[in-house]
Amino acid sequence: MNALPTRKAEEWRYSDLEAVASVWPLPAPMHIDVAAGEVAHHHLLQDAADGAAAVHEYVITIADGARCDFHVLNIGGKLGRVTFAVTLGRGSHFELNGAIIGGGDQVLEIVTSVTHAEADATSGQTIRSILGQRATGSYLGSINVARHAQRTDAFQSIKAMLLDRTATANAKPELEIYADDVKCAHGATVGELDKAALFYMASRGMDPATAKTLLLKAFVAGVFDDVADESVKDALEAAAIAKLETLV
Amino acid sequence: MLTISDLTNEIDGKAILKGLSLSINAGEIHAIMGPNGAGKSTLAYTLGGRPGYDVTGGGATLDGVNLFTLEPHERAAAGLFLGFQYPVEIPGVSNLQFLRESLNSQKRARGEKELNGGEFIRLAKEKAALLGLDMEMLKRPVNVGFSGGEKKRAEMVQMGILDPKLAILDETDSGLDIDALKIVGAGINAIMRKPEKAVLLITHYQRLLDYVKPDFVHVLAAGRIVKSGGPDLALELEREGYAEVVAA
Repeated sequence: MNALPTRKAEEWRYSDLEAVASVWPLPAPMHIDVAAGEVAHHHLLQDAADGAAAVHEYVITIADGARCDFHVLNIGGKLGRVTFAVTLGRGSHFELNGAIIGGGDQVLEIVTSVTHAEADATSGQTIRSILGQRATGSYLGSINVARHAQRTDAFQSIKAMLLDRTATANAKPELEIYADDVKCAHGATVGELDKAALFYMASRGMDPATAKTLLLKAFVAGVFDDVADESVKDALEAAAIAKLETLV
Repeated sequence: MLTISDLTNEIDGKAILKGLSLSINAGEIHAIMGPNGAGKSTLAYTLGGRPGYDVTGGGATLDGVNLFTLEPHERAAAGLFLGFQYPVEIPGVSNLQFLRESLNSQKRARGEKELNGGEFIRLAKEKAALLGLDMEMLKRPVNVGFSGGEKKRAEMVQMGILDPKLAILDETDSGLDIDALKIVGAGINAIMRKPEKAVLLITHYQRLLDYVKPDFVHVLAAGRIVKSGGPDLALELEREGYAEVVAA
């Protein structure tokens, strides 16, 4: 763990290694253990100062029949990197809902490795990215299903919206499956604002900034819908809207 | 109110409008009819400012203001409403949100007081009732899952709420059954048949004109107005076909 990562390592391929070097070596990851039958809610608002490098690493173990819901908003810093290494017990569930919103020269990443170690576990990952100017947003997500983890049900839904030709989105879902009775679905799309919708909105008198903001809000709507704590939900939504308003 | 003089334009380098002139006074309803490909929809989009519809010559003024110096949303604030032949679907943005933002954008641009939530809902209810559209429909995303008839009714509710000086309605009658046609026709009359307003109806068929009686009818062919007359001209076109009337 002491050697600086290189671009040869898949999970670092799109990162800002210079920024990583400035905070190397990384502190030990944060451990979250959800006991059997428990339900845990966690969130991260990664809003580091301009120019800062922020790396947050989580190692999450979800015991039999337990559930972990994680909401992440990744918007701050020169480099903002959030990683999850998740291990699921029998009949447990992991749900990740995340948004990446970046501009300038920001590099923002969500990297996940979800291991279905036992049977009957389910996992869902929904990531929405909005990238403007020269920003890079990446989702790298691997799902690993052990040989005896039958009836695994996992999905990854990744959508990115590019506001400028100079912005970059990387979406890389990866499956490694050793069991034979498994449902794993993944979808990844990269698009831009709908020009027909923008003209329709303009034709009704809406100014371009308001129109773009409405479309972008609609794009990320839903990511924070099921945050259990209302004040956390409000804080995440307000931060997301404030960030995307800086991009239109 | 609207003066179009010797208007020419291009789409992808191809000339569509070839010297079109037309004047519409306040209190008048004009209908433009013409064969497929004559440039009817192009005229509507060009006046509305759709990107890609490049004006190459001539001009158009709305109450003396040069439309072509204004952005599409500024044209709307100046009093222009464009009814779309194919209204655009906007997932994730409710009709109410869409219309309130549009109306208040227009009001800001004109230096008028914006409507608050309660005032806006009262206005929306009144206009929805006029078109027989359930308020529940207005809570749904813009045009998403609406039938052809519902989309056209929703467009007329939009027109009622935005209260334009001039409405250019591009085949508002297409996709309507007889009952919906009556309702939409009555809506156009109620909203726009006023001494200080004007309407330009673009249509293929006589049938809408049974409900919205035009003061003038024009035939558009090959990018120009080739014939103008009173309401009888529409009947003549219906009876004899465009080729006959244009040649005469």
